Amino acid sequence: MYGKGLRTLSIATLVFIAGAFALGFFYAPMDADQGAMQKIFYLHVPMAIVALCGFVAGGIFAIQHLRTGDRRHDLRSYVAIHMSLILGIGVLLTGSIWAKAAWGHWWLWDEPMLVSFLIVFLLYACYQPLRFAIEDPERQARYASVFAIVAGAFVPLNFAVVRMAQEKTHPRVLQDSDNLPGEVWLVFFVALIGMTLLFITLWRFEMAAKNTRGQIRKLQRRLGVDVVAGRSAAPQ
Amino acid sequence: MILGADTLPDNGGYVAAAYLVFLVLLLVYFVIMAVRLSRVERELVALNEEEPPA
Repeated sequence: MYGKGLRTLSIATLVFIAGAFALGFFYAPMDADQGAMQKIFYLHVPMAIVALCGFVAGGIFAIQHLRTGDRRHDLRSYVAIHMSLILGIGVLLTGSIWAKAAWGHWWLWDEPMLVSFLIVFLLYACYQPLRFAIEDPERQARYASVFAIVAGAFVPLNFAVVRMAQEKTHPRVLQDSDNLPGEVWLVFFVALIGMTLLFITLWRFEMAAKNTRGQIRKLQRRLGVDVVAGRSAAPQ
Repeated sequence: MILGADTLPDNGGYVAAAYLVFLVLLLVYFVIMAVRLSRVERELVALNEEEPPA
């Protein structure tokens, strides 16, 4: 039952997200170099961290699916990757807006951080077409799990390699953080908790929705009602 | 490198745009989920009206 405790989780998410944004605008000091545009940091960075962790979580669920053969793990993996893709769109858009404000360009192709995130995003954008391409549900789940594991292992590897890259224009906030004041750290951590809670809330919300749909399908079959196949490639 | 200066670059528009993107993304997600919920509701109503097998 994924809907259990969803109300409390939703309220906690709202409190932390709203709190983080309020603290970011009214409590955190203004950056001397960037001015107001540094406020994007409280949205963009937590979103990127949570999206990447979500991709890795998708890989972990996929491992559990292959180990146990339990299709519920495949569904969990699918939803985690789906949520991370949505956050990934947010990361790319907010990052581009920040880049335009800071560098005068929407995108820089010679910046490893940007291009590597785009590669990860495009890699996972292939996940759903892969599912759509396979009709047999068992094979679909197995192949999707293999994809999620390989791609999930690629995410931290890719991140580590990019951090080691010499050329950099994109700020390494958590690496070059010696001069960051405590207020900025506080707001950043509140935003990170808020974004993590948002991911978990939406993940459970979507799991509950898919679970309900699956229960209806079972009921329809039991009653002998014609089941109309959905357009989604999501596991049922 | 934090201080309150009068000469900071005015990039409020970009900040508002970034936070709006986040809001719009969430709204689109909720609209899609609402459409799916209404489909589930329709299916449940249809199931309720279905005659049980003899």
